[in-house]
Amino acid sequence: MRIKSVKTLESAAKKARTERDQLKTEVLVCAGTGCLANGSLDVTKALERAIRGSGLDAKIALRLKNTGCHGFCEQGPLVVIQPQGIFYKGVKPKDATEIVEKTLREGEVVERLLYRDPNTKKKVEQYSAIPFYSKQLRIALRNIGKIDPNNIDDYLAIGGYAGLAKALTQMTPEHVIDAVSKSGLRGRGGGGFATGRKWKTCRDAPAEPKYVLCNADEGDPGAFMDRSICEGDPHAVLEGMVIGAWAVGAHEGYIYVREEYPLAVKHLQHALEQARERGLLGDDILGTGFSYDVHIARGGGAFVCGESSALMKSVAGEVGEPRAKYVHSVIRGLHDKPTVLNNVETWADVPWIITAGADKFAALGTKRSTGTKAFSLVGKVKNTGLVEVPMGITLREIIFEIGGGIIRNRAFKAVQTGGPSGGCLPESKLDLPVDFDTLTEAGSMMGSGGMIVMDEHTCMVDTARYFLRFLVDESCGKCVPCREGVHQLHQMLEAICRGDGQPGDIEKIESLSDVIVKASLCALGKSAPNPVMSTIRYFRNEYEAHINEKKCHAGVCRNLFTFKISEEKCTGCGLCLKACPVDCILGELKQVHTIDDKKCTRCGACRNVCPVDAVEVI
Amino acid sequence: MTTEKTISLEINGRIFQAQEGMTILDVAQREGIPIPTLCYHEALESVGACRLCLVEITHPDWKGWRGLVTACLYAVEEGLQVTTDNAEIHNTRRTLLDLLLARCPNSDVIQKLAAEYGVTATSFQKNPIETTCILCGLCVRVCAVKGCSAIGSARRGIQKKIAIPFGQPPPDCIGCASCAHICPTGTIKYEDTADVRKIWGHTFKMVKCESCGRPVMPEKQLEFESEKSGLGPDYFKLCPVCSQRKSVETIRSTFDMKPVEVAR
Repeated sequence: MRIKSVKTLESAAKKARTERDQLKTEVLVCAGTGCLANGSLDVTKALERAIRGSGLDAKIALRLKNTGCHGFCEQGPLVVIQPQGIFYKGVKPKDATEIVEKTLREGEVVERLLYRDPNTKKKVEQYSAIPFYSKQLRIALRNIGKIDPNNIDDYLAIGGYAGLAKALTQMTPEHVIDAVSKSGLRGRGGGGFATGRKWKTCRDAPAEPKYVLCNADEGDPGAFMDRSICEGDPHAVLEGMVIGAWAVGAHEGYIYVREEYPLAVKHLQHALEQARERGLLGDDILGTGFSYDVHIARGGGAFVCGESSALMKSVAGEVGEPRAKYVHSVIRGLHDKPTVLNNVETWADVPWIITAGADKFAALGTKRSTGTKAFSLVGKVKNTGLVEVPMGITLREIIFEIGGGIIRNRAFKAVQTGGPSGGCLPESKLDLPVDFDTLTEAGSMMGSGGMIVMDEHTCMVDTARYFLRFLVDESCGKCVPCREGVHQLHQMLEAICRGDGQPGDIEKIESLSDVIVKASLCALGKSAPNPVMSTIRYFRNEYEAHINEKKCHAGVCRNLFTFKISEEKCTGCGLCLKACPVDCILGELKQVHTIDDKKCTRCGACRNVCPVDAVEVI
Repeated sequence: MTTEKTISLEINGRIFQAQEGMTILDVAQREGIPIPTLCYHEALESVGACRLCLVEITHPDWKGWRGLVTACLYAVEEGLQVTTDNAEIHNTRRTLLDLLLARCPNSDVIQKLAAEYGVTATSFQKNPIETTCILCGLCVRVCAVKGCSAIGSARRGIQKKIAIPFGQPPPDCIGCASCAHICPTGTIKYEDTADVRKIWGHTFKMVKCESCGRPVMPEKQLEFESEKSGLGPDYFKLCPVCSQRKSVETIRSTFDMKPVEVAR
C-alpha cells in the first residue's frame, strides 16, 4: 500500500516492528553470494522442512528468513538464531533437524556447528563474541545479515526510510548538504572526495536537469563490499540516493551495476519496485510533492566503467571511455548535465548520518577521514570476509585481530590496499592508521576497500606482474601512456619473472612509470604504475634478486628457484609424495624424501602439504 | 564554443588575448607556437588520446597548482600561465613517441616525429604485429561527424583496434574516404579507378561528372550527401572543376560579362 505521509510511514514501521517483536525466534540463513555458492538455499529448504515436521511453528512464533551476507564468507553457509545470537557456521542440510530439535525446541546449542577461534582454539557461541565481529563497527553494513533484503517491511521495522522522512519534511536541501558536509563523509569509491562539497557544487550548477547516480560497478579483484550491500541492504542505498536527490534537486537517477552481480541486480530491481509501490520512490514521495526515480543500468564488466566519466558515457549508451575532467562531472556529467555520482557504500552511509546525526559520524575515525569504512579482507589471512571498522584503526588491528593473523602462522609480507591500482605495504607500515591521506602518503591508497594480505610465500615481483596484467586487460586503450605504457611495464615484469631481467630494468620501469602517472588521461592510467612502484619502493631487494641473482626467494617464479626437501626437517610422512602431480618425489615411508628436479614443475603442491615446512626454496 | 569575453593568459612568458572557450592549443596555433599533436583535428571534437600536446600550466587559483594538461582540451582561463616546452614536457613527449614507435616501428610519420625528440629506435619491446595505426581515433570521429558512424573501435587496451562491425563491409559506409584522408599515418587505404572506389571491403560504383566524365564520388555518397544537404542529386553531378566552371558561366550569363583573356 502506498505510504502517503510521514505519519503513515511511522505507523507502517510500527506495525512491522510489532510483528517482528512478537516472534519468539528468528532463524536467519545467509543468502549472500558466498553462502549461496556453498548451498545455503538447500539449508534453508531443509530447515523449512524440519520446522514444519517438528510442528514447532504452530506452537511458537517463528520465522525463517534469508538475509544478505554476514561477511564471514569462508565459514558459510551461516545460520544465526535470534534473539539468542547463536552463530552456526558451515551448516549442511543434514544439520537442519538437529538445529530445530536441539536449539529451537530445547534451547541448547549444537556444539559442532559453532565457530572455533583458530588462535585460542575455543568454540564461540555468540555471534557478537567472535573476534571477527567484535572489533567491527558497522554503519554501511548495519542491516546486512539482520534483514531480509527482499522485504521492505523488514527494512521499515529496523527504522528504514526514517532518514528520508526526516530529510524531506524537517530539512531543506541546504540543511541536508550541511549535515553531510559536517559529517565529514568522503567518497567511499576510492577518490575520497568530500561528499557534501560535491553535492553543493552540483546543486549550485545552473544547468537542469540534474542527475543523481550510484556507482555499483565494483571491479577490483577480491573486493565485494558494494556487492554485499546491494545484495543485503538495497533499500539503504536507495534511501541514500533519494536523500541525495532531494539535496541536489535531481528527479532522475541510475544505479550502474555490473551484470556479473546477478543477485545484486535482482535485489536492487526488487527494492526499486517495492519502494515505488510504497510511494518512497517515483512521484510525490511520502506525499511531499518531491519526485525522484531511479533506473538500473547494467554494466558489461569493463573495469574502466567504474571511472566516473566512462560510467556516464556507458549509461548514455556510448563506448565506456573516460574523458578529460577539466570540467568536473558535477558541472557536466551524464548527458552533459550536472551529475552527482557516489558509490554504494557512500549512499548507504547517508541515511545513517541523517538519522543519527552528522556529529555522531564525525566523532568516529580521524579528523580528515571520519566515520567507518568497509573492507573485503582476503588473501593469506585466517578470517577472510567483509569487515567494517572505524577509520584510523591500524592495518595490524585489521589483519591480526579481526583477520586473526596469517594462515598457518606464516610470516606476514605485505598487504595490498586499494585494488589493482593500489599499492603493497610492508610490515613496517602495519601500524599506520587506515585513512585516505595516510595510505596515499605511504604509496598505496584507500581505493574502494579491497585488502589483500600476502605471506612470505608471495613474490612481490610476481604480485606486481599480476596486477599489471589486470590493468593491461582493463585499460580502455584510449590514451597512449596507459595503453602502450602499462603494456610495456607488464612486458618488462614478465621478463624479470621469467629470468630475463637486465640490469637497469628497475630504473627503466621507474622512469616509464613516472611518465604514465603524469601523462595518462584518467585515474586508471595515472594510478596503474602503483603496484610496481610501491613494490619497488618497499621490496627493491626482491627485484634485484630476480634480475641479478636470477632468484625468486619466495618460490613463485618457476624459472628462478628449485625445491629441496630438508634432510633435518623431513619426517618421511609421505604427504608430499602423494600430493605431487608429476610423481617427481621419491622416498620410503619414514625416510627422508627427495625431489627429482628434472621432472619437477615447481607447482608447490609439496610445499603446501608439508606439515613440518621441510620443502625449501633454493 | 567561444564567447565574446576576452581572456588574457601567458604562454612561454608572453601575454596573449583569447576568447573564452578557446583551448590553449587554439591560441598557440593562432600565434604560431609549436605544440605537437597526432589525434587533433580542427574540425572535430578533441579527445586527448595521443597526449603529445601536454603542456605545463600554473593555475592562477588552486594555490598556484602546477601540472601537465592537454592543450587540445584545456580551456583558457584568466591569468593562466602556460609553458609549452621544458625538460619535463620534452621527456614526456619523448617517452610517448618511444612507445608509439614500439607500436608502429615502420610508420614514417612516427619515425620522423620521434627523431625530432631524439628517438631513432624504440627502447621498448617492438610490436610483433605489423601496424601503422596509432589509434588516434580521428577516422572514427570523422565518420561520426559525417553522420555515418560506419566504423568504430573494438576491444580495449593493447588489443584495441579500429574495426568494422563483425569484420564485414560496413553497411553504413558511403565510401567518402574521409577516414583515409584524415588518417595521420596513412594507415587507412582506398583504391580508385575510373569506375569504382574500393574501401573497407566495399566496391562502390563511382558517379561520373556529367560534363567531363571524370569520377566524382561514389553513388552511395551522392545519395547520402544530396539527402543530408537537401540540395538534391543534381547539385553533386559535376566534378569540382566542372562545378566551378559552371558557376562562372552562370554568373557571366546573369550579368552579361565577357570572358577575360588571361595571358599565359
